[in-house]
Amino acid sequence: MNDILKLTAIEISKKYQTKELSCSEVTKAFLDRISATNTELNSFVSISEKTALETAKIVDEKIAKSQRLALLEGVPIAIKDNMCTSGVATTCSSKMLANFVPSYDATVIEKIRNNNMPILGKTNMDEFAMGSSTETSFFGSTKNPWNTNTVPGGSSGGSAVAISALQAPLALGSDTGGSIRQPASFCGIVGMKPTYGVVSRYGLIAFASSLDQIGPFSKNIDDSAALLSVISGYDHKDSTSQPNIDTDFTKISSQKEIKIGLPKEFFANLDPKVKELYQDTISILSKEGIIFEETELPSLEQGISTYYIVAPAEASSNLARFDGVRYGYRNQEAKSLVDMMELSRSEGFGAEVKRRILIGTYVLSSGYYDAYYKKAQQVRTIMKNDFQKAFSKYDLLLSPTTPTPPFSFGEKSNPLEMYMNDIMTIPANLAGIPALSMPFGKSNNLPMGIHLMGNLLEDQKLFSIAKKIEQILGFNIQNPYWEK
Amino acid sequence: MNWEIVIGLEIHAQMSTKSKLMCNCDASFTSEANTHICPICTGQPGMLPVINKQVVESAMMIGLATKCNIRKLNEFARKNYFYPDLPKGYQISQYDKPICENGSLEIDVNGVKRTIGITRIHMEEDAGKLVHAGSDNIKDASYSLADLNRSSVPLCEIVSEPDLRSAEEATAYAQKIRQIVRYLGVCDGNMEEGSLRCDANISVRPKGQTTLGTKTEVKNLNSFKAIEKAINIEVERQIDILEEGGEIVQETRHYNEATNSTKSMRSKEDAHDYRYFPDPDLVPLLIDDAWIKKVQDALPELPEEKKNRYMNSLSLSEYDANVITVEKETVAFFEETISFGAKPKDTVNWIMSEVLGTLNQKGIELSQTKLTPKLLAELLILIDKNTISGKIAKTILPQIIETGENAEKIVAEKGLAQVSDQGEIKKIVEAVINENAKVIEDIKGGNPKAMGFLVGQIMKRSAGKANPGIVNELLNELLS
Repeated sequence: MNDILKLTAIEISKKYQTKELSCSEVTKAFLDRISATNTELNSFVSISEKTALETAKIVDEKIAKSQRLALLEGVPIAIKDNMCTSGVATTCSSKMLANFVPSYDATVIEKIRNNNMPILGKTNMDEFAMGSSTETSFFGSTKNPWNTNTVPGGSSGGSAVAISALQAPLALGSDTGGSIRQPASFCGIVGMKPTYGVVSRYGLIAFASSLDQIGPFSKNIDDSAALLSVISGYDHKDSTSQPNIDTDFTKISSQKEIKIGLPKEFFANLDPKVKELYQDTISILSKEGIIFEETELPSLEQGISTYYIVAPAEASSNLARFDGVRYGYRNQEAKSLVDMMELSRSEGFGAEVKRRILIGTYVLSSGYYDAYYKKAQQVRTIMKNDFQKAFSKYDLLLSPTTPTPPFSFGEKSNPLEMYMNDIMTIPANLAGIPALSMPFGKSNNLPMGIHLMGNLLEDQKLFSIAKKIEQILGFNIQNPYWEK
Repeated sequence: MNWEIVIGLEIHAQMSTKSKLMCNCDASFTSEANTHICPICTGQPGMLPVINKQVVESAMMIGLATKCNIRKLNEFARKNYFYPDLPKGYQISQYDKPICENGSLEIDVNGVKRTIGITRIHMEEDAGKLVHAGSDNIKDASYSLADLNRSSVPLCEIVSEPDLRSAEEATAYAQKIRQIVRYLGVCDGNMEEGSLRCDANISVRPKGQTTLGTKTEVKNLNSFKAIEKAINIEVERQIDILEEGGEIVQETRHYNEATNSTKSMRSKEDAHDYRYFPDPDLVPLLIDDAWIKKVQDALPELPEEKKNRYMNSLSLSEYDANVITVEKETVAFFEETISFGAKPKDTVNWIMSEVLGTLNQKGIELSQTKLTPKLLAELLILIDKNTISGKIAKTILPQIIETGENAEKIVAEKGLAQVSDQGEIKKIVEAVINENAKVIEDIKGGNPKAMGFLVGQIMKRSAGKANPGIVNELLNELLS
């Protein structure tokens, strides 16, 4: 295996500056790796070899002229297939959009292109980002490189696998209830969901608008912080984006005393093995001077039920535009307008997507709105207040990322069981706060992640403390697949 | 039985902003299908709306002009339903938090003034338009095409209280709304092109009853005439049903102007459940006092204010003040004309009868003629100075409208200036007296009509140029 693949994004950057590596060489190495492994892993839905190498050439010309490269300029990247790429199919891993080619770039893609980062391809996901295993993809499931009988998590499973199988040094995912952090945990890498509004959602095909947020995947904390610096910033095209933010997340702030809260509500349903690992980790970190304290955030217990009202409600409306009229899948046999819309939607969407559209339509119906949607929004406010209170005492809150280790394909056939997997990650979306998952241990040779949540707009502080923890834990992210 | 008619109007006014409500596309009308579109207003995946601030200000202007309260914390909601002309599968509108509430305006029907309540005014985006092949409806068409030029064009919906009691009042109210939005410059008020659309909620109840009768909503009222006719025909239909012991079904009805009848579109049971909820793509819109004040201060003078000013400081009659303020263009023309020294009362008369009369005959608008306020003022001043008579002035007005030449030049070229030379007029007067001995006898016999004939003859012989005052003076002198 090519050693280039093991490098972090920042290491690659440095080797460009010293001319030890060319961008074409690096890009080619990852493209080769993808073509050698994608048949088995199915992490990429499409591969853009030609444009990636074209971009690499531009970077190499700059390197040849000894021009200064911007942060992460020339570092290849994989993109979850729900971010619009002009001229390149953007499918959301759905039959509905299997042939959809947008005429525009998402704001994040524009930033990636402007930074000359070769886009290697688009990664597989749960259909319309609805799922926690990448099993609902129309293009088939993605395999976890740690054990190919195991799911990689989801919905950004393809992007997480791309990092852990060394198919890309960086990747973008989107996170609505844990869709970056849970696959990062299952694949033994770093995945981060920024504060809501730090990254523009313009061009991200919406699942649940008030929860969706784009974020980075990488081998380590530094790379994720660097990638967030590249993709973040106010965007006038997204009314929900945060104005006046400092977009340099690479600054490491050191503080003497780090105080971390441990939400009691998360301990109840932990798998024994996870619990043991978690407690061991806390004692290791305590020895290094980090202060831990158990704390209560009672509203966290309503996380899942609140999420499964808000997210489907918004999704039912966001996915209404897929009606077969202007783009996407259309049933050709339909004889009337209503038939055309009904059949196109029935055949174009998979079961999980339809389930959520049904739930969402139901909770928004007249007579139910107050009992469900309105109440759920009230719970969100209470939850935000609980977090505010907690962050007045603690720098971060910590828990495992998931209640169980990675599971096998088909193991969670009951949707409710699947939904429970996001119990730790969902509250951060509901409250809009930044959170990340980083590897901290293994169970049966499968990786496990710990989950750190920070206060609103304190993404940089989150990275700083996560980096300290990373140094203490020294987790080796190498998995058996690296030798393939 | 004696019935009372209860009407509330919902008026959709298209805002004449440059760009659409949620994107930068040109919001103006074009017949070339799908040319004013972009990924946002065609509902492409991943696209996000951004509110056009200009529309917010337009809505605030209408609200302030109709004495509404302006909401500080505004919310946009999604109104969800499927139709091929609605690209996102939902319309962005305002639901329970409209920008303006609790306003009113005064209407005047045949001298009777009434205050009509305005429940709310909210902003929303328009849908696109379907073009059906081989039919006028989607069901029977061989295929249908969507034109999304109109998609996301900004609208303000102005909802009245059920305060209107007759078709005349409803029409007067709609005219008033049109007048206001045109004065404000926020809507062109063109009903034929659909810039102003109206739905009427109509019910009847026995006189004296306080609870409301079951209402129907009548759609497709595309002119003031249609509003009046549709209301009358629907009221008649409802009364007929009730008097025969039947019940009104709450439903939406479509007005057919050709047959002057209303037809059921859908009943309450078929009503959509729009599943309104706050649009998560748009943050709440905050309007502070400073912003309201800025808009308030920039409001132009409104028809009602102008009318009062004209009556008080220009001494116009209420009738004159009313007619001259109906149309924004006319009032602007009026104000400019008097600024050049023309007398207000004469100016109103001339604009309303001669100028608009001539233009109507030619079928052109005030804005399309070569007649400027300055030219009209010059003409009126010539009358005032006795340089020409009103009659002569009327004969040269069409030429001014046609060529844009000034009155003085035309008068000089054609030798139309009034003759005020006593000697010259006296010659004509004497000649006419000599030729009409019989008439003179009649006059002396006390027939006043005969005097008029004599004046007519004198004016005719002077080609209308003799100063009528001097003619009268001389006649009296010579005949006494």
